[in-house]
Amino acid sequence: MNKLTRRDFIKLSGSLGAYSVWGGLVSSLSACTSKEKPAAHVVIIGGGFGGATCAKYLHRFAPNVSITLIERDKQFVTCPFSNMVLGGLRDMASITHDYKKLASNYAINIVHDAVVAIDPVAKTVTTGGGSIQYDRLVVSPGIDFMWDAVEGYNEVASKTVPHAWKAGSQTLLLRQQLMAMNDGGTVIIAPPKNPFRCPPGPYERVSMMAHYLKHHKPKSKILILDAKDKFSKQSLFMQGWDAVYPGMIEWVKGSSGGIVSRIDVKTNELVNEVGDRFKGDVINLIPPQKAGALAHIAGLTDQTGWCPVNQRTFESKIHKDVHVIGDASMAGKMPKSGFAANSQGKVCAAAIAASLGGYDMPDPSYVNTCYSLVAPDYGISVAAVYKVTDKGIVKVEGSGGVSPMDADATFRKQEAVYGAGWYASITSDAFS
Amino acid sequence: MNSTQRLFHTMVMVLGCTLLSSSVNAGKVTRGMMLANSCAACHGTDGKSPGSIPAIYGKPAAYLSETLMDFRDGKRPSTVMGRHAKGYSDEEIKLIADFFAK
Repeated sequence: MNKLTRRDFIKLSGSLGAYSVWGGLVSSLSACTSKEKPAAHVVIIGGGFGGATCAKYLHRFAPNVSITLIERDKQFVTCPFSNMVLGGLRDMASITHDYKKLASNYAINIVHDAVVAIDPVAKTVTTGGGSIQYDRLVVSPGIDFMWDAVEGYNEVASKTVPHAWKAGSQTLLLRQQLMAMNDGGTVIIAPPKNPFRCPPGPYERVSMMAHYLKHHKPKSKILILDAKDKFSKQSLFMQGWDAVYPGMIEWVKGSSGGIVSRIDVKTNELVNEVGDRFKGDVINLIPPQKAGALAHIAGLTDQTGWCPVNQRTFESKIHKDVHVIGDASMAGKMPKSGFAANSQGKVCAAAIAASLGGYDMPDPSYVNTCYSLVAPDYGISVAAVYKVTDKGIVKVEGSGGVSPMDADATFRKQEAVYGAGWYASITSDAFS
Repeated sequence: MNSTQRLFHTMVMVLGCTLLSSSVNAGKVTRGMMLANSCAACHGTDGKSPGSIPAIYGKPAAYLSETLMDFRDGKRPSTVMGRHAKGYSDEEIKLIADFFAK
């Protein structure tokens, strides 16, 4: 019986009974794997844009690698498009994502637990549920706030005066306060100094709050007390505000009294560096920021409060075989954005796949694009392509820039449409 | 184990090891993949856009490279693509086009 026809094979398969195809396959698989090293285990902590993307693309690049994604929460509410919830253009469900597709589509082991410690020498991660061994670790912890950098503003105060700079219950709190405010009230927003998550975000938020107020409380004002003297897409935002919300928005730059040093939560007053007091009916204080708490616990930060990394591989400069991506990392000229984290997640996945596979990774390429809505049919953007040099990550010369000034309504509307398309694409690129 | 079972076991072994080695040797991350994966954030994974941004998956390589070069050189109007395309050389554009055309 040297030759088997297809029909014979089917008959044979059927007659083998207990010797099932699956049993045979499993035993034969273990027979050939036993001669090889066990699959490497990569643990990724943090299921935001950076961590989720890194997990998915690592599986695509190296399907033999075993991947565990540790994320405290079962659902992720995106900061991108949370401003549209404030404007009444979106509901929370539309910006909420889960991890089920990452688990089913890419064989990623999802562990919903809080990480309490990382031991970079023993190469273990300790969670509430136990200890997990890794060969490579990726940490994507996002940001944390420098509480009390503005005197009187801490986690307790944020329960009544929202920062809304991590999306979720804070977004809803700010939305509820806007809805409860009387027509003719003043909203104060205080954006932080650089660097911080999503540089154009505070100004898109101003736009979306203005959109809500224009349609529901048109006598109201928005006062921006800014720690900075300039901001992302400034000319475009200001042109848009003049066109769509004339007289509603006032911006005070840092050197003209915009730097907030104190808050009185009881009287809803902000105090600037020279002692001027500003009373708001709604206050949105966005505190200065540092790398997420886990980066500090794991000793991955330096004196800046952020994580120094090799900008080609995102391996920590402090701990070997530990990579830090996203907002927490110092990624050269790249901004802290969900898009940048998505881009870095892919580069980091490539670096790990190449390292485990014993080959050189290709030269990295990174991109960032940030769409902002000035109004529902008025979008603007900033973009750039990045590469790594001996000076770290830099913009490819000639690439990128912002949308043109004075563009017509068709152009602005097209960018609003593409902004929504970007959101659909990046959330599916990261979470499904 | 009789001879029929032994033969079947061997076949399953061969099949199993073939399957396994195909996943072990999944291929290296190439420069083309590196460049093209950046596009996915707006155009969807592998260029399969789920929203309002044009899908680029499976388009002919010549069409994709010509379009990108025209965006870059200002021959084709765009909102953001001109700003992106200026970040890539002819050679890089061809690698990106080949990736999505596959």
